Amino acid sequence: MNADEALIAYILRLADNALILSQRMVELVAAEPELEEELANANFALDFIGQARMLYTLAGEREGQGRSEDDLAFMRDEHEFRNLLLLEQPNGHFGDALLRQFLFEVFYEHLLDALTRCSDQGLCAIAERAIKEVRYHKRHNSMWMVRLGDGTELSHDRIQQSLDDAWRFTGEMFVADEIDISIQERFNGPDLSNIQKLWRQDVEKTVAEATLTLPDDQWMASGGKQGQHSEHLGFLLAEMQYLQRSFPGASW
Amino acid sequence: MSKQEWPLYEVFIRTKSGLSHRHAGSLHAADDEMALDNARDTYTRRCEGVSLWVVRSDRIVASDPAETSAFFEPAEDKIYRHPTFYKIPDGVENL
Repeated sequence: MNADEALIAYILRLADNALILSQRMVELVAAEPELEEELANANFALDFIGQARMLYTLAGEREGQGRSEDDLAFMRDEHEFRNLLLLEQPNGHFGDALLRQFLFEVFYEHLLDALTRCSDQGLCAIAERAIKEVRYHKRHNSMWMVRLGDGTELSHDRIQQSLDDAWRFTGEMFVADEIDISIQERFNGPDLSNIQKLWRQDVEKTVAEATLTLPDDQWMASGGKQGQHSEHLGFLLAEMQYLQRSFPGASW
Repeated sequence: MSKQEWPLYEVFIRTKSGLSHRHAGSLHAADDEMALDNARDTYTRRCEGVSLWVVRSDRIVASDPAETSAFFEPAEDKIYRHPTFYKIPDGVENL
């Protein structure tokens, strides 16, 4: 894999993360416990859809085979998606969805921060724009972590369980493969071991403030970044891609 | 399970620097911090402002509708309080 191919694959990973997470969040529209939280969630989902669109467009341009953002989002199959396993997990209850957002967005903020200093101008510009959105998401997620963790006995126990359940999906974020290393070395991209340290510090701080306990080190699931997904992604894609597959090129 | 409603907050937005905050609407939130976040997410989605105030609705002291006549009617016949008796000098445009 040459440097350009690695860069396209890397941009697609970022785009898939944003798209799959936004699709999960969209499922929560009209299902949140409070109207105001509902709007916040929908806003955040739109932020991710915006990021996915920019990233898919950039990947399509770099690839040079005429694939549009829609082609990349709707016409690829499950094994071609490269999103993290954490992001395709079903929403569960409010605490489960919150933990997924929290654990990912702490990582994502540091990743975007590093990408603002990468040598690819297109990716740099998207990262600079996205990080402002993600900073606010993180503030919102952290607030809920503390609220529920340091809330009632019931909310504390439930969110601790959500943290324990999500933990096995966090390892994948920091396992650098050929593509990650290529981006780091050839494009001055993120050093995942450094990002892991920063992530751990932030997560520990919020978890302590929320009076929760970090899970012990354990077996970590992986494979999403390489296209090996859990059974949940297929169902998600079936719903998300149905319209474009049935009516190719359909638009509003 | 009975659900306890979060308290009501009033939201004020300053649309740009130099203007004053204006009442935009209300929302529910568990506390002040959440109210500010919710105001941001509910009322500034389309670039409506550069500054937000939130205040609990029950902390606002309001005039009593029953006392409208005592409160406001005495001002109605005090036309001399309006600056309409001044002559505007020629050449003054922005008054």
